[in-house]
Amino acid sequence: MPGVLVFTESSNGKLKKASREALSIGRTLANAAGGDLVAFATDAAAAEDAGRYGAKKLYVANAGAYSTESHTAALAAAVKEANPAILLFGGTSNGRDLAPRVAARLDAGVASDVDRLEWIDGKLRARRPVYSGKAFATVEVSGTPAIATTRPNAFPAEEAGGGAAAEVVNVSFDAGDARVKLVDTHTPEAGEMSLAEADIIVSGGRGLKEATNFSYIRDLAHAIGGAVGASRATVDAGWIDHQHQVGQTGRVVSPNVYIAAGVSGAIQHLAGMSSSKHIVAINKDPEAPIFRVADLGVVGDLFQILPALTEEVKKAKAH
Amino acid sequence: MNSVVCISHVPDTESRIKIAADGRKVDEAGLKFIVSPYDEFALEEAIRVKEKSGGGDVTVVTFGPDRAQQALREALARGATKALHVKGEASDADSLGIAKVLAAAIKTVPHDLVFLGKQGVGTDNALVGPMVAELLGYPQVNVVTKLEVADGKLTAHREIEGAEEILETPTPAVVTAQKGLNEPRYASLKGIMAAKKIAIDTKSVADLGLNDSDIFNQRVATVALELPAEKSGGKKIDGADAAAAARAILQYIKDEAKAL
Repeated sequence: MPGVLVFTESSNGKLKKASREALSIGRTLANAAGGDLVAFATDAAAAEDAGRYGAKKLYVANAGAYSTESHTAALAAAVKEANPAILLFGGTSNGRDLAPRVAARLDAGVASDVDRLEWIDGKLRARRPVYSGKAFATVEVSGTPAIATTRPNAFPAEEAGGGAAAEVVNVSFDAGDARVKLVDTHTPEAGEMSLAEADIIVSGGRGLKEATNFSYIRDLAHAIGGAVGASRATVDAGWIDHQHQVGQTGRVVSPNVYIAAGVSGAIQHLAGMSSSKHIVAINKDPEAPIFRVADLGVVGDLFQILPALTEEVKKAKAH
Repeated sequence: MNSVVCISHVPDTESRIKIAADGRKVDEAGLKFIVSPYDEFALEEAIRVKEKSGGGDVTVVTFGPDRAQQALREALARGATKALHVKGEASDADSLGIAKVLAAAIKTVPHDLVFLGKQGVGTDNALVGPMVAELLGYPQVNVVTKLEVADGKLTAHREIEGAEEILETPTPAVVTAQKGLNEPRYASLKGIMAAKKIAIDTKSVADLGLNDSDIFNQRVATVALELPAEKSGGKKIDGADAAAAARAILQYIKDEAKAL
């Protein structure tokens, strides 16, 4: 029966959040399509976690650490064996690197970075933000498999309840000669959380006045357990690395909580964060456009309010 | 060193988007179009690679309607040496259709490297680069923030979550550019004048030996395009008393967002 195959990533047998999210929506789609949910991994240790999220089988290919070429070959072999109607990827760096390459190999269509997925009349229907969230496109993917990459945080990760470990099916594949070699990995700001998967983001804008004042943002982010975001103006001014930029030429995010301090709210920044679930804005200008999207707007001095908030958060966490 | 750079012509990032009467496309009336910002980094890098290696061509390729020629002119003014325009309504093709056109076009041009932006700004698919790499059978390095090319091999920094991978691959290869890769130059007056003398090569999809039925078959078809619901803005409070404001924010985060 045609079902749903989810590409998963894990470390030490524990599935990444993006993979758990993709499995959860995959389970809903498999039920609608009347097929099974199955998963792909490069490590059989993920079988228990995959089962917890409802996967009946785990196709395991010994492709080693991530490489586009080896993983493309391995996943294409698993698709041949599982013959799914739908192939899903969590929208991680690797998922987004791999999905289009696999799609081109299979001559299949991809809806990327989707925040809604449905199975309607034998077709995969997806909603995806375009123009960085200034508009939403609803797309239909035809052909087999219909492929989608899911936007981080858009689909809740929910366990299936009572799921036994997925049955491991070993997949053999011809890796060929992978030409791209990983030489090294740099972790420039160790311990900092990435924007994509953060539940809470604290963002700073030009209102911080200078680079060193990003410490106000970092302190709150650290206390609250969130990631550091930034407006384009601060990135272009060299105050902070581009990795932190939220907006149309940065990252589009939709965390549970987005706190914007000293961010005026240029159209291209709003596009990147306005789908956040709860938005708090702190700005001394009561007319700042950021207040139009804020659920809670505070007109005031961020240099006073952020340290006070950091202290309140620390107190709350100590309880 | 010869490079091909694929560029797309997209609505300016500062524009407000309006939906066309068909409810599926962007209304182009009154929109300003620009070279997609990530493609600017791709182009700049190709020009730098050429300058460092002491010669060669930087060929810019676009698939799009007549207006897309402006993007090619802009790229020539900045330092591209050749331009190829594959004419067609690219917005009626899906990413794989576009990738097939670009891959076929790239094959007609001598090259050691293929550059694209990591995504087209607007459609935001981030699919075409790896698809082109697969169709050409080349290795790919995606979302690149630093690049060195020497002796038939490239070393690239690839951005991943909270870290960077340093990858090596032989050329030819496909590189997709991330912001931060370089600081793109502006077109000089001399460049603009010189660009005017360069003839833009034009081809149709059929000229590349491709069938419309394989390019415009819309494996991924847009059935609706909608604007998000206008947010009215929520509660606004006076933050003159910083401690009170901080408590109000914390209360909100705890009660409404159920965080902490």
